[in-house]
Amino acid sequence: MRKTYLTALLTSTLLAGPALAQTTLTIESWRNDDLTIWQDTIIPAFNAQHPDINVVFAPSAPAEYNAALNSKLAAGSAGDLITCRPFDASLELFNQGHLADLTGLASMANFSDVAKSAWQTDDGSATFCVPMASVIHGFIYNADAFAELGIAVPTTNDEFYAALDKIKADGTYIPMAMGTNDQWEAATMGYNNIGPTYWKGEEGRKALIAGEQKLTDPQWVAPFEQLARWKDYLGDGFEAQTYPDSQNLFTLGRAAIYPAGSWEISGFNAQATFKMGAFPPPVQAAGDTCYISDHTDIAIGMNAKSPNAEAAKVFLEWVGSPEFATLYANALPGFFSLNSTPVEMQDPLAQEFVSWRAKCQPTIRSTYQILSRGTPNLENETWNASANVIRGSETPADAAKRLQDGLASWYEPQKQ
Amino acid sequence: MKRPVRWHIAVFLAPAVLIYTAIMIVPLFGTLNLSLFNTGPDGVEFVGLANFATLFGDPRWADAFWNALGNNVWFFIVHMLVQNPIGIALAAILSSPRLRMAAFYRTAIFIPTILSFVIVGFVWKLILSPIWGIAPGLLDLVGLKSLFAPWLGREEYALTTLALISVWQFVGIPMMLIYAALLSIPDEVLEAAEMDGITGMSAFWKIKLPLILPSIGIISILTFVGNFNAFDLIYVAQGALAGPDFSTDILGTFLYRTFFGFQLQLGDPYMGSAIAGAMFGIILLGVCVYLFGIQTRLRRYQF
Repeated sequence: MRKTYLTALLTSTLLAGPALAQTTLTIESWRNDDLTIWQDTIIPAFNAQHPDINVVFAPSAPAEYNAALNSKLAAGSAGDLITCRPFDASLELFNQGHLADLTGLASMANFSDVAKSAWQTDDGSATFCVPMASVIHGFIYNADAFAELGIAVPTTNDEFYAALDKIKADGTYIPMAMGTNDQWEAATMGYNNIGPTYWKGEEGRKALIAGEQKLTDPQWVAPFEQLARWKDYLGDGFEAQTYPDSQNLFTLGRAAIYPAGSWEISGFNAQATFKMGAFPPPVQAAGDTCYISDHTDIAIGMNAKSPNAEAAKVFLEWVGSPEFATLYANALPGFFSLNSTPVEMQDPLAQEFVSWRAKCQPTIRSTYQILSRGTPNLENETWNASANVIRGSETPADAAKRLQDGLASWYEPQKQ
Repeated sequence: MKRPVRWHIAVFLAPAVLIYTAIMIVPLFGTLNLSLFNTGPDGVEFVGLANFATLFGDPRWADAFWNALGNNVWFFIVHMLVQNPIGIALAAILSSPRLRMAAFYRTAIFIPTILSFVIVGFVWKLILSPIWGIAPGLLDLVGLKSLFAPWLGREEYALTTLALISVWQFVGIPMMLIYAALLSIPDEVLEAAEMDGITGMSAFWKIKLPLILPSIGIISILTFVGNFNAFDLIYVAQGALAGPDFSTDILGTFLYRTFFGFQLQLGDPYMGSAIAGAMFGIILLGVCVYLFGIQTRLRRYQF
């Protein structure tokens, strides 16, 4: 009797299994800040169309993501969907066979070549991640402070420094919130923010990759010369000021201008009690073309060894759709869709950032494609050099020469 | 008559030997082995000592290595000059029978040692922060505000500041070891000295110090090994790039950056292993110098 009962129980479990079985997809990501957005907004929207596919968003800490993902992939325990860092980190995973080739995905047609370039092989023959979003650099300012001091939003370099001088002379606000302790702020929000204006965006970036320009050329030294001028406008003790310190200084209303990436928008909206505005990197003379860093930052690919490849492809097709683009861009203002279909955004600050795409020439961070493949690593050296230049411990020319020597030591087109 | 095989020795040693071999010795030789390989045109290949040749011969690698080693030596010197004398002094004061609330002080001074590096790094960064920190305010109270500088952000101070933070954290260890050594000195010896008129400070210098010298030796070697393996505090406070301008880069952070990669820099396990091998060599050399050069000459007393 007892045995029959057990058998019945086991059989019912076995039978119930397949009936209940849903494919479960796990997403690896470094965006642990976005966990609630995925759980409350994005995944339910996907499940409305595909109730049979269960999606789990499983992020890890940003600083540990690359190392953790590599070990998981090597051990075969990584999730089905992999959030892709731009350029070499993901290219390496593709070359090792960890990321599947997604060139044939129908929704790839929704993205421009520039959008896809961060997740393609060097010859562009294979695309291995579906682009999700880019981030735009510029400056966020305290609009109340600007109104109080009677400062107009600067468009040229001279106006920019005039505004900084005025804020400094008034003394109520720290003119600019930035520190050099974490180094990457100086490089990412400093050098690669204002730089494209001098090296003319894609033109200079591509010439550098081709070996036609050098980092010691005037257009590549000029951004460092600007950074060296910033020193006087930063807060006391900026040498030990960290990235969260800078964010807090600005959102507490103690600093007037914040060299920013658009990813700050949602955090700043939640923290700041004053009105904020944004302006693109100032140009040298009125009427010059402006250039912005519209950096392809995040995409999503498929684990080549995923047992749920079919379901994963369904999900990726959806990520490539205009519907996802609208959802994502509005849930995370500041992460701008790379989809060719224009996306309506509600957030005014995000609208301001994205409006620059219409009037300025976009480019990506100069150090990301190809140039950071060797040792010494150009990106890391740029962090160090930018921080040194702002602190004044290295002259712009010396810093540029050091970067050029480092690059030329391993990069063939620059060896002359 | 045949002596029985003493199996119990092997049985009792086995757990420690097996575990130590599995988690220490095998990985150590694995790392040393890895340092002899590198990626070539046809994948991973044996390159002999070429990685070490790059590490010491290529000006970029060599500069970074000697910078890290130099910083590490300074880190060690600060510990030897500040941590250990203070630890000995604290132990001497604590062992004084006239001190009240000795147990409280002992615990209070030892507590930082059991804190995580993450907490220590974070707390000190906050204390020393020029923006929110209490250090500028406290200095202002005593009229020394002008002495304040963003120490962790200045190339000339950052490493010393971090070394002193580490001293604050670990001063409890020499204190405890010396304290234990001081307590083990028999009262008869001290009483005999007292009969000869040696009391107070001179009792410390002439009787106690020679008796605790072996403990000081052990502490020195523990400090040496600990400092040359240090990594956590620098990583927590300054990040893997050990700013400003690599002035706080020590062998541990240099190894981490190379082995695991950082940001756009991909990890290089082969060069990383070479650095780990060099660190192992340095520590081995230091320990050997101590064991054969110093410890054998220390005089031991039996009571």
